[in-house]
Amino acid sequence: MVAELVRGQNHPLSQVRLEIRVSAGRPVVAAATLGDESGRIHGVEWVAHPGAPTLPGLEVSRQAAADHRLAVDLDAMPATVHRVDVLLALPPGAGGPVSFGSLSAPFVAVTGLDGVEVASYTITGLDAESAVVALELYRRQGAWKVRAVGQGYAGGLAALLTDQGLPQARQLAAAIDDAVAQGLARSVPAPPRTADGDRSRQAAASALGPDQSGSPHGAQQGGHSAVGPYGAVQNPQGSPGQGRPAGSPSADPDATQPTPTASPGAPIDYSHPRRQNAAPPPPPPSAPPAPPGQPARPVAGDATGWSMEERLYNQVWGMFEDLARTTAAYRSAVDFADARMEKELDQVLSDPRSRIGGQGDAAREAAQSKRMQLVDQAREALERDLVQLGAEADVVEPALPAAFARWDNPVWHAYRVPMEMPMALRLGDLHLPESDPLRIPMLVRLPLERGLWIDSGRPGSFDGAIVDSHEVRRLAMESAVAHIARLLAVHPAGEFTVHVVDPAGSGARELAPLVQSGVLTAPPAAGAAGVAAVLGQLTERVDLVQMAVRAGAADSLPPGFDTSQQLLVVNDFPHGFDDRAVTRLRYLADEGPAVGVHLMMVADREDAGDYGPLLDPLWRGLLRLTPVAEDHLADPWVGHAWTYEPAMVPPGSQVLQQVLAQVARARTKHS
Amino acid sequence: MTKGQAISLQKNDGGSLTAVRMGLGWQAAPRRGLFGSRTREIDLDASAVLFADKQPVDVVFFRHLVSDDGSVRHTGDNLVGGVGQGGDDEAILVDLARVPVHIDQIVFTVNSFTGQTFQEVQNAFCRLVDETNGQELARYTLAGGGAYTAQIMAKVHRVGGGWNMTALGTPANGRTFQDLMPAILPAL
Repeated sequence: MVAELVRGQNHPLSQVRLEIRVSAGRPVVAAATLGDESGRIHGVEWVAHPGAPTLPGLEVSRQAAADHRLAVDLDAMPATVHRVDVLLALPPGAGGPVSFGSLSAPFVAVTGLDGVEVASYTITGLDAESAVVALELYRRQGAWKVRAVGQGYAGGLAALLTDQGLPQARQLAAAIDDAVAQGLARSVPAPPRTADGDRSRQAAASALGPDQSGSPHGAQQGGHSAVGPYGAVQNPQGSPGQGRPAGSPSADPDATQPTPTASPGAPIDYSHPRRQNAAPPPPPPSAPPAPPGQPARPVAGDATGWSMEERLYNQVWGMFEDLARTTAAYRSAVDFADARMEKELDQVLSDPRSRIGGQGDAAREAAQSKRMQLVDQAREALERDLVQLGAEADVVEPALPAAFARWDNPVWHAYRVPMEMPMALRLGDLHLPESDPLRIPMLVRLPLERGLWIDSGRPGSFDGAIVDSHEVRRLAMESAVAHIARLLAVHPAGEFTVHVVDPAGSGARELAPLVQSGVLTAPPAAGAAGVAAVLGQLTERVDLVQMAVRAGAADSLPPGFDTSQQLLVVNDFPHGFDDRAVTRLRYLADEGPAVGVHLMMVADREDAGDYGPLLDPLWRGLLRLTPVAEDHLADPWVGHAWTYEPAMVPPGSQVLQQVLAQVARARTKHS
Repeated sequence: MTKGQAISLQKNDGGSLTAVRMGLGWQAAPRRGLFGSRTREIDLDASAVLFADKQPVDVVFFRHLVSDDGSVRHTGDNLVGGVGQGGDDEAILVDLARVPVHIDQIVFTVNSFTGQTFQEVQNAFCRLVDETNGQELARYTLAGGGAYTAQIMAKVHRVGGGWNMTALGTPANGRTFQDLMPAILPAL
């Protein structure tokens, strides 16, 4: 129930974590002051304002805006704080309104975190005032309440703060005005995009995550991690203004340079700086009309998208969903047939008449044949769909670009170092027992949104073809190298840097192709000292980029700063790691992906068992891949357990070495 | 189409329908008296319940927009109605060829989620459209709605190798399809 407050009225607050929403119609400054029992503000550090937006339990916006959302956590307030006043003020400067009298009445609402309004207040009756105390949150006998205040000040913030007993009121008011003016200045040119810029972060909501909410069943499959659907291409036919041409790099070398903005007076160029033509994309190839009575013949790229790459990506995901659903239909029909037969057999058994003569046998046979009939029908429908999907896969696989293609695809023999990062990467194949031999490419969006964990532990659910743990470790490293090589190959020269930590040198043999071809910046780091050095370097990088991003000054990174994506590969974890290194690794896993630092662990979880549940969040945060086929991945729609097979180089093939040699050549030319 | 009437979904040329859409459209009735513009928002929800041998197997509604097998899809919740002013505000698409073989009946229902009775709803209709060519197969109006909050609209059921549709039009009360189960079962 929303309480619509009038001036002076109060209302109890049942929640301590709140949001205060302000809408004023015109840009206003929002600030908040903290007061003690007597309502006194002790100093400037008790005021949250655009120049110092964060206080414990409180955050305000850095800028003047027509709408504000202030986050408040009353539990986080120091015990000495008894009052929180929410202030609104008109920003200084020419052109804007000078008093609230010329604006429509500002509206403030207190809402829970779920957005449900608790209380609201429309500040009416303002006239010559240019600053106003909108709301007051205050402690009363251990509980918090909200009061509608609506006290305006014609003398602006300075008068308001003076009235609240702040000694340095005038200076603070000036500082706030200053910060707002700077904020306005900052908000005029578009902030330069940073290396982790656009597409990747927007896609984060649908990142590969065990908490995938794309399906109502997503959470049911406890042991499986879910593969998320369409990355950022939720609406591939969205407005052209937003749609970026797929496959254009989100981390290009000049991304951290200040965007050249038009100088005042110069005509503004509205065209996209890196989009060459604004013409609509060519229409997807359409299937030739099917002969009557037969399903249409499938065509590669028969999906929505702005480029062939995006269409193929969407088509693969469409095949993935279709296979998941058609198998769900088959399984539910078979389950139903079984359950019905069981029920009918029970009836036969409990019916005394069935003991006489052949009646019971006849009824039993009838029940069984009913089941057979339904299962046959279901099988027929499944076969029909599998044939269709198989035909589609037959045309799609050969059409895939290198990043989406199997290693045995001829496209890898014609490999050239690309000019742009692809939108996704194939990590392997997926299939269900019913769908054999059909394989669905497992594509994940680039840049990676989660780290990868190549599990070198004993395979859990497989029939024990490989039980030798040394063999599993070798295979894990081999598949890791295949993934690394693919990542290096699909990025433009110099845009993807790989650091390898191999403390005991146990992966040396498998790492040889990477080391010998010269695609690594440094040889694999060995020993505890090597681990510490690499982690320190990457942690510093994350800190630096984060600082620059937070300060809105991505162009202030030191000259010569390497803007490429970074991949840290850790073999044999936790060998060579002390507690400090483990902490740093967790920090990198959490904070890295947002700033282009990614993690690949090649590890057996049991080796790190000594850390107990401490590392659980780390493992959960990574996408688990196995070096051998294993059914551990869940789809986001119905949650089947899909068997994953890593993308491996066919035995005896030199394609990996050839590709890496080209990557290394391009690297030397680039640097 | 009138209550209890059944139509076959076989096409005249002998082929059968492959995809049908159950569309639902409505507008809030204007209120009498002053402040007539203040029509209250009415949220009607369309749901489809999939039955196998009179057992509910799957439900497609605003919280589960696609049946697990992918054959029945809801286009999404519309909270206020009237957007199309005559078009469908909510729709459920059924890919008849892909409905699992054990599903023999699909029942379509309409509920008033916001609790208004159909007396307060204007121009409400439910229609069945051949999705492949847009042709309307059947239309069923909720006009003259009584003091109830839900209606079991129609069912699509297997007959031999094809599908039939039967208009039900049974009034009921309830906020979501769960409340309607007792009213649906006699219609199967």
